[in-house]
Amino acid sequence: MFQKSKQFAVAIAASAACLAGAFSAPAQAADDQYFMLPDYRVGPYGANGQAFYGGFIDYLTYVNMKGGIDGVKVAWDECETEYNNAKGVECYERLKDKAKKFPGPIHTMSTGISYALVDKTVADHLPLAMMGYGLTMAVDGSVFPYAFPLVTTYQMQASAIIKFLKDKNGGSLAGKKIVFLYHDSAYGKEPIIALEAESRLNKFELVQIPVAHPGNEQGAQWQRIRQEKPDYVIMWGWGVMNMTAIKTAQKMGFPRDHMIGSWWAGSEEDVIPAGEAAKGYMSATWNVSGAGVPLIADIEKTVYGAGKGNLSDKAKLGTILYNRGVSAAVLSVEAIRTAQAKFGKGKPMNGEQVRWGLENLNLTDARLKVLGATGLLPEVKTSCDNHEGSGKVKIQQWDGAKWVLVSDWIEGNKALIHPLFQADAKKYAKEKGITPRDCAAEAKKK
Amino acid sequence: MSFFFEVLIGGLLAGVMYSMVALGFVLIYKASGVLNFAQGAMVYLAALSVVGCMEKGAPLWLAIILAFAIMTAFGIATEKFVLRKMVNQPPIALFMATIGLSFFIEGLAPMLFGNDVRPLDIGLVDEPIPAILDAFNIVVSRFDLAAAGIAALLVVVLALFFQYTRVGRALRAVADDHQAALSIGIPLQHIWALVWTVAGFVALVSGMLWGARNGVQFALTFTALKALPVLILGGFTSVPGAIVGGLIIGASEKLAEIYIPPVMQSMFDGNFGGIEGWFPYVMALLFLLVRPEGLFGEKHIDRV
Repeated sequence: MFQKSKQFAVAIAASAACLAGAFSAPAQAADDQYFMLPDYRVGPYGANGQAFYGGFIDYLTYVNMKGGIDGVKVAWDECETEYNNAKGVECYERLKDKAKKFPGPIHTMSTGISYALVDKTVADHLPLAMMGYGLTMAVDGSVFPYAFPLVTTYQMQASAIIKFLKDKNGGSLAGKKIVFLYHDSAYGKEPIIALEAESRLNKFELVQIPVAHPGNEQGAQWQRIRQEKPDYVIMWGWGVMNMTAIKTAQKMGFPRDHMIGSWWAGSEEDVIPAGEAAKGYMSATWNVSGAGVPLIADIEKTVYGAGKGNLSDKAKLGTILYNRGVSAAVLSVEAIRTAQAKFGKGKPMNGEQVRWGLENLNLTDARLKVLGATGLLPEVKTSCDNHEGSGKVKIQQWDGAKWVLVSDWIEGNKALIHPLFQADAKKYAKEKGITPRDCAAEAKKK
Repeated sequence: MSFFFEVLIGGLLAGVMYSMVALGFVLIYKASGVLNFAQGAMVYLAALSVVGCMEKGAPLWLAIILAFAIMTAFGIATEKFVLRKMVNQPPIALFMATIGLSFFIEGLAPMLFGNDVRPLDIGLVDEPIPAILDAFNIVVSRFDLAAAGIAALLVVVLALFFQYTRVGRALRAVADDHQAALSIGIPLQHIWALVWTVAGFVALVSGMLWGARNGVQFALTFTALKALPVLILGGFTSVPGAIVGGLIIGASEKLAEIYIPPVMQSMFDGNFGGIEGWFPYVMALLFLLVRPEGLFGEKHIDRV
């Protein structure tokens, strides 16, 4: 009998410990602005998640330490997804009731999980942010009122990379050959439509080479690249695919300074393991790295000074993904602040109000300066028909020890790319029986 | 023509890397008749132990010794806490236990040494050999050649061990029938602990090679996916089979990746690349239809 009771007690204790581990967060008051964080810190992409969500949570802590969003404190719950779609949906279902009252934007850092949540968030009136990933046709807010592919999209990023290469080649890419090496998944395929349009417009040859998941062996792909003799390789990789590509490029003798990765192939985690092979490699990014940005320095002083930092390894502070997490949190908090300006300062905002804030965001350089985030991310101005709000990236190059910026903000070809989103969104609306909002009429009402 | 040979040689050398992981599977299968689902996780744990010890100040040679000690402790613990209670259980029960073990390792390893992606420098540079490149215009990597040499050495040692030592023969007896082996006095527990330790050593070698090439990270657990078709083709019980299977799978997947998509594209609209993820499995399945026990596997005959 005693043995059974003991086993039961151990089981209860273990379950409690598991649950405590699954949800780690500060205590939540009834009128806090609440962020559900379906994040990932273990599994194949855990290293990336640690830095991103570390930055995100550090900024929320920083906001609380500075008095909240006009007095409204923020609270959050983490839920481990391991970058797995099913677990992401499970986390959402588990936390959505808690989030419904006063939600912050949801950040999954996963295109797959975001795809799965697009319809659910509309039904639950919970805003979904997809900064630099996710369902890109959601740029068209008339069809996707609750989804926000903020700052920039895969297609605009690809277009910006082409613009950068064009500038490097005296304003023309005619007759050049560009290989697009991509992760054979929805994420990897997203920019193809934009690159094909750019190829027709700029008269360069585009060779598409897919890499099967996970991409830890790319001998055949790079042998083909050696045979094709391209001028540049644009790489859309993630996780182990990135360093494998960089190292195989070295093996095949392809110059790394003719390789440009997407922003998911441009963190310290992608280049440091590749060692010397990564020297000269470039990537796009929508936020800059470095602990010298005043906001990042102040987070270090305020949050880590008080022993409240989220990172167990403080060396990640100021890395690309950490700063991206801070940038994502800045945008989220500013959206809530925008909503408060319309619906009531000092009050927590409901889902519809936060959605409005995200849709009417106007993060100018002047405001970024006030936040100490000048240059950390581009200006962002959203509207009903433009949930992206910027479309700009910078190009950075790895010098063997750190990322060095080699361009200013570059905007993709909006006139070429945005109609593609609108066409896709229109098709989606027809398939799903959605009646699009009249953005022009809504703008007039304002 | 030189391009064809470059792809072929590259494929063969990639196949050697798959074989290294497959060897670990073969060892466990020979001793317990079970597919060790945790082999990929063991590769991760072993490589992570090396970089983890190096980060704490150990030189490479010491880190390797310490990592081997960790893998040995892991092998003994696996026997004591997992396998001992499962003697004479159906193979599927043992298989399920190894699934649990793999989740356990995937949680334990980053808890011990962190989850960051880290480089591992073992002194082998992954660059083409200039003499071959100049003479034949073929890229052959120093790293891949060295890996092939290490694999060959491992195979010779393991083959001799299984064929000519008492422990090796005992291992084979245990694989055939746990209870019968016990009844003639073979110390099953010691044999299992030993074979898991040897499999840990093989995981250490392959983990270091894969880690040096792609960085030490969670994705090392995926290397097991590359080894499974190798096992089906080469046979689950044959050390030379793992090598030959690896060579066939490596060469065929690379040749398929290069030469099949253009043919498909000329026939149908669309992009048909990226087939090397599934092509080895299709090939292994087709092979199963002809030779279910694999190239070098033991033919299983039951009396009716």
